[in-house]
Amino acid sequence: MPEPATDTARPQRKISTKSVVIWTLVGLIGATGWGVLALSRGEEISAAWLLAAALGSYAIAYRFYSKFIANRVLKVDKKRATPAERLDNGVDFHPTDRRVLFGHHFAAVAGAGPLVGPVLAAQMGYLPGTIWIVAGVIFAGAVQDMVVLFFSTRRNGKSLGQMARDEIGPFGGAAALVAVFAIMIILLAVLALVIVNALAHSPWGVFSIAMTIPIALFMGVYLRILRPGRVTEVSVLGVALLLLAIVSGRWVAESSWAEAFTLAPSSLVIWMVAYGFLASVLPVWMLLAPRDYLSTFMKIGTIVLLALGVVIAMPTMKMDAVTEFATSGAGPVFAGSMFPFVFITIACGALSGFHALVSSGTTPKMVQKETQVRLIGYGSMLTESFVAIMAVICACILEPGLYFAVNSPAGVLGPTLESASEAVKSFGFSIDPATLAQAAKDVGEPSITSKTGGAPTFALGMSEIFSAVIGGAGMKAFWYHFAIMFEALFILTTVDAGTRVGRFMLQDTLGNIYKPLKRVSWWPGVWLTSAIVVGGWGYFLWVGVHDPLGGINQLFPLFGIANQLLAAVALAVCTTLLIKSGRLKWAWVTGIPLLWDVAVTLTASWQKVFSDDVKVGFFAQRKAYQDALDSGAESFGTAKTRDAMETIVTNATVDGVLSALFAILIIIVLADATRVCVKAIRNPGTAELKEAEYVESKIVAPAGLWPTAEEKAELAAAAGAAGSDGTSGGTPVAAGKP
Amino acid sequence: MTLLKEIRYWWRELSGESVYDRYAAHARSHGQVPKSRREFERERMDAREADPREGFRCC
Repeated sequence: MPEPATDTARPQRKISTKSVVIWTLVGLIGATGWGVLALSRGEEISAAWLLAAALGSYAIAYRFYSKFIANRVLKVDKKRATPAERLDNGVDFHPTDRRVLFGHHFAAVAGAGPLVGPVLAAQMGYLPGTIWIVAGVIFAGAVQDMVVLFFSTRRNGKSLGQMARDEIGPFGGAAALVAVFAIMIILLAVLALVIVNALAHSPWGVFSIAMTIPIALFMGVYLRILRPGRVTEVSVLGVALLLLAIVSGRWVAESSWAEAFTLAPSSLVIWMVAYGFLASVLPVWMLLAPRDYLSTFMKIGTIVLLALGVVIAMPTMKMDAVTEFATSGAGPVFAGSMFPFVFITIACGALSGFHALVSSGTTPKMVQKETQVRLIGYGSMLTESFVAIMAVICACILEPGLYFAVNSPAGVLGPTLESASEAVKSFGFSIDPATLAQAAKDVGEPSITSKTGGAPTFALGMSEIFSAVIGGAGMKAFWYHFAIMFEALFILTTVDAGTRVGRFMLQDTLGNIYKPLKRVSWWPGVWLTSAIVVGGWGYFLWVGVHDPLGGINQLFPLFGIANQLLAAVALAVCTTLLIKSGRLKWAWVTGIPLLWDVAVTLTASWQKVFSDDVKVGFFAQRKAYQDALDSGAESFGTAKTRDAMETIVTNATVDGVLSALFAILIIIVLADATRVCVKAIRNPGTAELKEAEYVESKIVAPAGLWPTAEEKAELAAAAGAAGSDGTSGGTPVAAGKP
Repeated sequence: MTLLKEIRYWWRELSGESVYDRYAAHARSHGQVPKSRREFERERMDAREADPREGFRCC
C-alpha cells in the first residue's frame, strides 16, 4: 500500500484505516467461504466458496502469523549478511532477487504430491481434506519450510541431515539419514506406481510418454554440444515437440501400432525399472537436465492454466462434503478412518517433510536477505497448498459414482462395467455402465475403471474444467492426455533424480566400509549402488502392481507415514534449535505442529501394525490370509487363488515391518532431541550453536513482494550513496534488478 | 520496449538462462577472465553429477 514516507528511522507503529478496512474485508471473504462450506448440507455448492475460504485464510495467515514468526520468533535480522552475500561466488552462492528465488523455490517444492494425496482423500468428501490442507499449511507446513530455511541460511545452507547431526547428535542424525533413505525408496515406488496405473492399457499415454525420451535426448545434445546454456531456445523446441507428442498419441492409438503401445501393468514395471536404472547411470546432461527443464515449464504452465480455468469455469462440487467413509473407515481408496489417515494421505500441500530437504539445500545459499525467508519459505508453501486445493476441486467436480469407479481397486470392482456399476452402488453412489463407457470414450481411453493412484482422476477433472473453457467436449481427450503427460513427466524426472540421490547416500555410507565406492567416477560402484536403489523401489512397485488388495490402497499409507516422519525430523530439529538459541518461550511455534505430526504418525503406524481390522492392520491381514491358507482354502477375500493369498501374506509382512521401523525411527529422533532440549533448558549457558559468524550486510533489499514505504526510502538512500562516490565497496548496495 | 526488456529480464532469471552472464560478470569484477560458456555449463553439469542432492526437486 503506498503510504507517505514520514519517519524512516523507525518503523511506523500506527495502523492506517485503509489497512484495517482491507484486512477486515479479506477476513470476511475467508469467513464467508468457510461459512458456506460448513453450513451447506446436501446441496451442491460452487468451487468458488472453496477458493474464497482457502485464499482468504492464506492472506490472513501470511499477513499476520508469518510476520509474527519472522519478527518475534526468528527475529530475522536485515543487517546480518546471508551466506549468499558473504560467500558469493557467482554460481551456487549468489544473492538472488526474492521474486526469482520464490519462483525457483516453488518450482522445486511443488510436484506430483499435492495433486495425488488430495484426490485420494476425496473419498471422505471435500471438507476433511480442505480443512487439513488449509489449517495444516498455515500452522505446520509453511512454518516448517520457513523455519528450516531460516536456520539453514544461518548455517551457510547446511542440509537437514547435517543440522540433525550437529545440533541433536550422531544418534538422531543417523536415524534421520536412515529415514531419508527409506522414504526415498517408498516415495519412488509409489510415484512410479501412480504412473504405471495411469499408463496401463493406454496406447495414447504410453506413446506420448515414450516420446519424451528422444525429445529429452535431443534437448540434451543441443544444450551440451550445439548451443550450451541456451535454455530458452531449447525449451521452446522441447515444449512444441511435447505438444506434438500428445496430439500424435491419438493417431497412434487409432492406428495399427496401437497394440505395440498397449502394455499390461507388469510389462510397464519392467520398462520403468529399466528406464530408472539407465537414466540414473547416464550422464546428467543427457536425460535428467533437459527433462528437468521440460517438466518445470509444463508444471508451472499447467498450474497457471488450471488456476485460470477454475476461476473462469467455476465448476460445481458434486461430491458430498463428508462421506460416510470418513467415520466408517471402510473406503475403497484407502482403509482407515479420518483420524489419522486423512492427515497421512495428504502430505504435500499441507505438511511435507520433503520440503525440508529443499529448504536446506539450494535455496538458503541464494537468499539475499534474512527478512525474505518469509516470502520464500512461507509464501511458496502457501502457493503449493493452493495447488492441492485445486486438486481437491478436480476430484470433487466429478460425479461421485465416476470417482469411485476410477479409484477402487480392480479386485473390488470385478471384471466388467456392470460389476463395477454394482460395486459403486454398494458404496452408496450410482453410475450406470453406459456412462462409464462414455466417460472412457470421451477421453480416448479403452477403459477408466480402477485407474487408481490419483493421476487419472485429476486428469479427468482437469479435462472437465479445461474443455469447459477451451474447445468444448471435443478437446476432452487432448486435455486428459495433457494432464497425464504433465504428471508423468515430472514423476519420471523425480524417479531419475531420486534414484541418484538414493545412490549418492548409499555410496557415501558404503564408502566408509570400502573406500572406492565413494568415487562417483568408479563405474562398478555407481552401477552396483544404482542397482540396489532401483531394486529397492522396483520391488515395491512390482508388489504394488500385483497386490490383489490394490497397490495404492496398501502402499500409499506407508508413503504418507514416511513423509510425515521426515516432517517430524525437520520439526524436531527446528524446535531443538529454537530452544537451544534461547527462544524457549516460542518453542510452541514448531513444537505444537511437531506434537500433532507425531500423534498422527504414531497413531497411523500403531493401527497399521496392531489393528484387528484386516483392512487396516498389516499383521491382522497376514494372519487372516495365513489362517485361510492353513485351512486349505482355495480363495479368500479378493484373492482368488492360493498364489494370490501367499502374495498377500508376504506383502503384509514386509509392509507391517516397515510401518514398525518408521515408528521406531521417529521415537529415536524424538528421544534424542528431547535429551538435547532438556539439557539446554537446565543449563542455558552450555547449549552450543553451530551458527555462522555475524557479518554486517551491505545489501539493501525489500523483504516482501512489494517494498514498503520505509524500504523504498532505504533503497533510494542506498542508490544515492552508491551513485555519489562511484563505487559500491564500502557503501550499501541497492539490490534488485538493474 | 521497456516492457519487452522487463519480460526478457524475468524470463532469463526464472529459466536460468542468465546463470552464465551472472558468473561472467562476477569473474570480471574480480579481475579474472571468465571461462567460456561451453566450459562453464560443462562444469555445472559435472558438479550436479558429483552431488545429485543439488537442485533436487520434491515430489
